[in-house]
Amino acid sequence: MSSVTGTGPAVEARLWDRFTIRQKRVMWAWAFLAVPIVFYVGIRFYPTFQAFWLSFTNWDLLRPAQFIGIANYQRMFADPQFWQVFRNTFAYLIIGAPVSLVISFVVAYYLDRVRFMHGFIRALYFLPFLTTAAAMAWVWRWFYQPVPIGMINGLLANFGLPSQPFLRSTEQALPAIMVTAIWAGLGFQIIIFIAGLRAIPSTFYEAARIDGLGDWAILRKITLPLLKPTTVFLVVFSSIGFLRIFDQVYNMTTNDPGGPLNSTKPLVLMIYQTAFSSYQMGYAAAQTVVLFTILLVVSLMQLWVLREQK
Amino acid sequence: MKKAKLAGLAAGISFMALGSAQAVEIEYWQYVFDTRVQAMDQLIANFEAANPDITVKHVTFPYADYQTRVVAAKVAGQGPDVVQLFYGWLDNFVAGQLIQPLDPAVFPHEEIESEFFPIVSAMKRGEDYYGLPTAVRSLALFYNKALFEEAGLDPDNPPQTLDELLAAAEATVKRDGAGNITSVGIAMGMAAQDHHWWREGLIRQFGGQPYSDDGRTVTYNDEAGIAATTWQADLYRTHIVTQIAFMDEPQAAFRAGMAAMSIDGTFRLGAFDSIESFEWGVTELPANDEGMRSNYASYFANAIGAGASGEELAAAEKFLAYVSSPEAMEIWLAVVGELPARQEVALTEENLADPIYGPFLKGLEYAHTTQFVDEAAQRQVAIDMEARMSIQGQEPAAALAEAAAQEQAILDAFYSR
Amino acid sequence: MTAATVSSELAANGRNIRPGRVITWTLLLIGGLIMVTPLLYMFSTSLKTAGQVYDLRLIPAAPTLDNYIRVVSDGRFLRWFLNSTFVALAVTVSNVFFDSLVGYTLAKFEFRGRYFVFLAILSTLMIPTEMLVIPWYLMSSQLGWIDSYWGIMFPGMMTAFGTFLMKQFFEGVPNDFLEAARVDGLNEFTIWWKIAMPMVTPAISALAIFTFLGNWTAFFWPLIVTTSRELYTLPVGLSSFAVEQSIQWEMIMTGAALATIPTLLVFLLLQRYIVRGVMLAGLKG
Repeated sequence: MSSVTGTGPAVEARLWDRFTIRQKRVMWAWAFLAVPIVFYVGIRFYPTFQAFWLSFTNWDLLRPAQFIGIANYQRMFADPQFWQVFRNTFAYLIIGAPVSLVISFVVAYYLDRVRFMHGFIRALYFLPFLTTAAAMAWVWRWFYQPVPIGMINGLLANFGLPSQPFLRSTEQALPAIMVTAIWAGLGFQIIIFIAGLRAIPSTFYEAARIDGLGDWAILRKITLPLLKPTTVFLVVFSSIGFLRIFDQVYNMTTNDPGGPLNSTKPLVLMIYQTAFSSYQMGYAAAQTVVLFTILLVVSLMQLWVLREQK
Repeated sequence: MKKAKLAGLAAGISFMALGSAQAVEIEYWQYVFDTRVQAMDQLIANFEAANPDITVKHVTFPYADYQTRVVAAKVAGQGPDVVQLFYGWLDNFVAGQLIQPLDPAVFPHEEIESEFFPIVSAMKRGEDYYGLPTAVRSLALFYNKALFEEAGLDPDNPPQTLDELLAAAEATVKRDGAGNITSVGIAMGMAAQDHHWWREGLIRQFGGQPYSDDGRTVTYNDEAGIAATTWQADLYRTHIVTQIAFMDEPQAAFRAGMAAMSIDGTFRLGAFDSIESFEWGVTELPANDEGMRSNYASYFANAIGAGASGEELAAAEKFLAYVSSPEAMEIWLAVVGELPARQEVALTEENLADPIYGPFLKGLEYAHTTQFVDEAAQRQVAIDMEARMSIQGQEPAAALAEAAAQEQAILDAFYSR
Repeated sequence: MTAATVSSELAANGRNIRPGRVITWTLLLIGGLIMVTPLLYMFSTSLKTAGQVYDLRLIPAAPTLDNYIRVVSDGRFLRWFLNSTFVALAVTVSNVFFDSLVGYTLAKFEFRGRYFVFLAILSTLMIPTEMLVIPWYLMSSQLGWIDSYWGIMFPGMMTAFGTFLMKQFFEGVPNDFLEAARVDGLNEFTIWWKIAMPMVTPAISALAIFTFLGNWTAFFWPLIVTTSRELYTLPVGLSSFAVEQSIQWEMIMTGAALATIPTLLVFLLLQRYIVRGVMLAGLKG
């Protein structure tokens, strides 16, 4: 970490000594930040603006980009497939996020009180979080097969229940894929909830007991309000995860990506196909701008709603 | 200091090694398919032995991303010297300047036209040929002899007409107590080869024509088209001798011995060779009531990358000439099971009498080649049509009309470019 | 494990046993077992032959390692495994270094523009990767980064999340220690590296675990930026392998198991640290 020009160590030292301690520290600070600033400007901010710019062009990899105004957006909003994908994306969010949060909270709430084999049971729930989504998507795809190879339909048949089409159904395919995403994320959310529960000082509970509150009242009046920072974090975190779902859908529907009949296609898969199967980079950039807007609005809305409830 | 010296030394050595052999390295690209990769490795070894001054780097990609990779490489300025492409991608590859026309001095047109099967014309645009195939492929009906026998059918007398196919499927389908199919009469799915059977086989057999002669207009949305589509869809709609996506893919069902029949291409022969648990046979695609048959033929061609020039271009031309030579075709037939693209190599008495190659070769005689403008998108239209009928219960006539409109839009978008 | 033994265990712990507790415990255990069922079946099927795949019993009738031998013997999985490990490790090292450095600077230095830099970095949390992928791809193809390790790694070399996490932790480091080091004449870099960093090791391990896991399982960007099979990461390689296998489930399950085993092993070894790390990151992040 030597600094400034190299006319010789003596000159350098004298120059450096002329600064006050405060000035030196400021210079250190900017020296520490130099590489990161280049990184954030070059790899984050500049590409962001470029994505906006590209969304107004017809760039297709092979020919140079030309400005075409809002034509990409007009085309997108007139495309029924886009609106289907839009609905799908929100379906992943609106069903996926609450269901996973409720399940993980219930498990965390009870698991936190269990002492016997606590670590073992916790590990069971946590293990799926460590798996690779692209790998487990294939395991689930196999589970969902019709008889005679499908695990789940095999079970249903054993109980005399009618077999289900799962991935071969426009109604069931999306929830079936969503289950795999919920499954993979559950362990993480449970751990975070447990950490949140443990961070609540026990004096609150003792006070509540003295006041004669029951379990349910304690949960409502003490636990949930005090757990709010954790909940906010998890709501935002899991919402963003569901809005960006890709790995599972891509791998579970390789024969008919996002199918059947686009019923499982999320926005990110549409972006991938537009950009990297059809090379319509400009159109794909417009779709990424929509994704950006959705994520921004959803995150801000959640933060706002959860703050208001206080 | 020491390190720099060492590095310099190492660089010098590797430079000398390169220089002494004076090798030209060219890259060959194709998509991943086990037997094709094996066959090409063998061809490259032979070629390199005959041309010690040329080395060929064999690069492969998964089929799903193959086209994207070629385009991406072009953007990055590092494309292949010889590249494999599906005949249906030619317009995209030419428009994207990914490949260059073949030099008629090296590949004379008269020779190409007299020696290859006529479907090679799909590689011609204007006055130029853009590539040559090693092998061509057609469709045939695979059937499981064990399941035929089990159902009381003659394993040496497979179905020859559409009616017989339906009867055989009804005889061989198996269901469990709950009515779930546990083994299909015929494995089907538009995502596999059945969209070709539908387009160029059934529609023509029912008296229709899939596209206008110039390839710009969808013409299958008529009485004949509806009849063909209904007949095919009724296999899962009313006769229930099959289930779409049973075992995920038709070939998987057939290989597992859970499909009595399956329509597939020559390229599947290599994979089915490893089946040990039952015997299988091949027969021509079934004829209609008047005995008329129709088949679909296609091929992957090898073309020269737009970036090749000078020494590399000369090496690439040599390599292309070798992989489309009779010798290469024989190796390809033996390893991959795909039919030679040169008539004299393909139509030998031995091949025609072969119980496996025979039906495919006969199929070539009455085969058609679809002029795809965007093969993936057009296949998706067929997949969606099937999904609407099999999942949502849409009537074939309505499903077909919707498909025709969608496919026409794809054609229009392409030709108005 | 029967309910009776569970009850006696609980009694031995000196807690009051209510039937409700036993039921809760049992339900939690069943839920946990359901959670690992896909993993168990994945392993079980990877030990079966093609003919046994349709036998849905969990314990294979005649377990065999043939599938593993077939998958591993062609060397591709090893290569993908090494690629993933290298990429994830390099990105993790970079994140631990830079995120800590920036977090520390923002937490412990007074200078004009500090708050602006912090907000600017934090605001990048709002930009989804998917939006940057197309410009990154353009940039990579112009700079020749397509199909290189650097191409896979560069987008994740620093993250706003890590910076924010480390800043939170460095704020908890008492200034007295740092001042004492300054009096001793240590330069600022040494103070950060030798004094401050060791005081936030739990945070560093949390950041390292998250970054490593995130990059080890990353799929979207590696899928786009790699073109040759030699450079695939494990998830991308597995996905292409699965498609190539044309639905031979026992082979696909073997591949999936190979992609899963390393993280599970690491977890078994470091369970305590990993769980603590996740908790820390979740609470402060």
